[in-house]
Amino acid sequence: MAQLTMAKALNEGLRKTMEDDPKVVLMGEDIGKLGGVFRVTDGLQKDFGEDRVFDTPLAESGIIGTAIGLAIRGYRPVCEIQFDGFVFPAYDQIVSQLAKMHARSKGLLKMPVVVRIPFGGGIGAVEHHSESPEAYFAHTAGLKVVACSNPVDAYFMIQQAVQSDDPIIFFEPKRRYWEKAEVDTSMTPDPLWSARVVRPGTDATLLAYGPMVKTCLDAATAAEEDGRSLEVLDLRSMSPLDYPTVFESVRRTKRLIVVHEAPSFVGLGTEVAARVSEELYYEMEAPVLRVTGFDTPYPPSRIEEEYLPDLDRVLHAVDRSLGY
Amino acid sequence: MSVKGSPLAPATETTPVATSSSAGPELVQLLTPEGERVSHPDYDIDLSDEDYRGFYRDLVLVRRIDVEATALQRQGELGIWAALLGQEAAQVGSGRALRPQDFAFPTYREHGVAWCRGVDPLRLLGLFRGVDNGGWDPQATRFQLYTIVIGSQTLHATGYAMGITKDGAVGDAETGEATIAYFGDGASSQGDVNEAFVWASVYNAPIVFFCQNNQWGISTPTANQTRIPLYQRARGFGFPGVRVDGNDVLATYAVTRKALDDARTGQGPTLVEAFTYRMGAHTTSDDPTRYRLATELEAWKLKDPLERMKAFLYKQQIVGAAFFEGVEHDADELAARIRKGCLEMPDPDPLSMFDSVYAEQTPLLGQQRESFGTYLSGFEGAHA
Repeated sequence: MAQLTMAKALNEGLRKTMEDDPKVVLMGEDIGKLGGVFRVTDGLQKDFGEDRVFDTPLAESGIIGTAIGLAIRGYRPVCEIQFDGFVFPAYDQIVSQLAKMHARSKGLLKMPVVVRIPFGGGIGAVEHHSESPEAYFAHTAGLKVVACSNPVDAYFMIQQAVQSDDPIIFFEPKRRYWEKAEVDTSMTPDPLWSARVVRPGTDATLLAYGPMVKTCLDAATAAEEDGRSLEVLDLRSMSPLDYPTVFESVRRTKRLIVVHEAPSFVGLGTEVAARVSEELYYEMEAPVLRVTGFDTPYPPSRIEEEYLPDLDRVLHAVDRSLGY
Repeated sequence: MSVKGSPLAPATETTPVATSSSAGPELVQLLTPEGERVSHPDYDIDLSDEDYRGFYRDLVLVRRIDVEATALQRQGELGIWAALLGQEAAQVGSGRALRPQDFAFPTYREHGVAWCRGVDPLRLLGLFRGVDNGGWDPQATRFQLYTIVIGSQTLHATGYAMGITKDGAVGDAETGEATIAYFGDGASSQGDVNEAFVWASVYNAPIVFFCQNNQWGISTPTANQTRIPLYQRARGFGFPGVRVDGNDVLATYAVTRKALDDARTGQGPTLVEAFTYRMGAHTTSDDPTRYRLATELEAWKLKDPLERMKAFLYKQQIVGAAFFEGVEHDADELAARIRKGCLEMPDPDPLSMFDSVYAEQTPLLGQQRESFGTYLSGFEGAHA
């Protein structure tokens, strides 16, 4: 057991997967000597060489496009996109090529490519460094989309993602990179596509992923003082989405609040609300509510705390839900 | 290999612009439009009579595939067809230059290269008929599926070439591997193509960028894409470029073979600009009479890739009338087989759209498939 930050847990997970499979290569901007702007790949080039951990030219479409070619050649590329807002030059290659290659080839061409993207706000950054673009990818057939929320999941999920034969957009909540936890590397992890109840409760379910899991856990702790028992569900995988676990939770609590940093309009919460309404129409005590970023561009950092869902906004939504 | 022609000049008013009427003195040619065999200081090759016959046969059969497919589209059997008419030599020459271990990344017009890679033409028709997205095995044929978004495949080819280097499969003149990325003059403006140039150069990737400059991107002439001859772009990226007569199958073969051998022996990328002409429409949905003059087409007809090879074979007395009759007979049989196979091509099962979306099917997609199957089976006479 070791105390690891989430960044270090990802680093250790990548190291393990590179040791296990010589076809795993890491590629991205400044991931070699620098170890990435968040140091997630720190030391890996030194230990595995420049053939397996390499700095790319500054061109995101090139990163994904060449990763596709490497995958056709039998490699398992793990691409780092430096920040969420920089993925869009690669969007065409991800959506039109990476996502569709397996179907286009009737399964003859596997695309075991992982695209790591630090996402979300709360770090006081300039424009394009705090976005939550997950819905664009979850909407795209052929991609799978996951987000880790803590060091234990980070360690195992990155390995599971690399082992998958499908292309995966792997979101890392950048403001949680430095949070620590005990990581038992010998434990058996949950399946990558499973959601998990991270705090049981009875009065309402808070559903979150990535950076908002901790926010929801804090809200549940605060609510406990008011005698309210909130269940917190870490979705972990946005596509595929583990509906059985979501339904099971909401059947018990009869109330659901979806929390994400991304704008609400046509976001993950919209999809979850529609599906839960269809499945549990007669069992709900309140409509599905959403606590999200606003339908604006991500604001300048001096007011980002107003944009981001926080403990108070979550509890406000809990009040609304319980008020039905 | 050195860059041919005059030193790269800055883009000024006096910079010569590539036009369909002038390829420039830098053009590598081994066979004139009149069918005269000429020599070249850098690209002379020895070819046997059997080689010559083989090239001619390929050119004729590939054109026949194209003509038959165009006819099938006109009769409503294909949704659309992207004709290669006029580009047969560029494709057969480069396609025959590939060794078995090389990997080709085509656009959607590389029917001639597909032929050289042993892809059944019916598989190409499947895509244009709408029964699949190309039904051939890209790994077995070492010919990637057609890529429709302009230029995307150049990055895939570059990544594949980087993998060749990582595998240590460059260096040997016989067993070394190389990739070839096909694209056109229009694609040369795409960011992905320029990124591919950067990457291939920086990683010294074993790749040949094969640009068929057919003078037109749908209705847009090459002059709208570039102020300098396209092959000269390579120099700015740090690798050689060469312009070859794309209607000369011998020169295209020689230039591409040299570029591939340079790549497989670790000398990095080359840009080959095959100067050719799209004699037909962009696709069967296009109408070139709206944007180009008939006189231009007439001028290019005099440079027809098949006619010059035929004239050469006649003049050299390499073949007799029986050979031409035999090739025509083979072409007729091929066309008949394509027509029959196309008409018999079954529509896919509607539920097949759910297959192969993922290597590991997701529960939700499985449920959607099942639910749609149940819905379909509720109709009388349903086959699902």
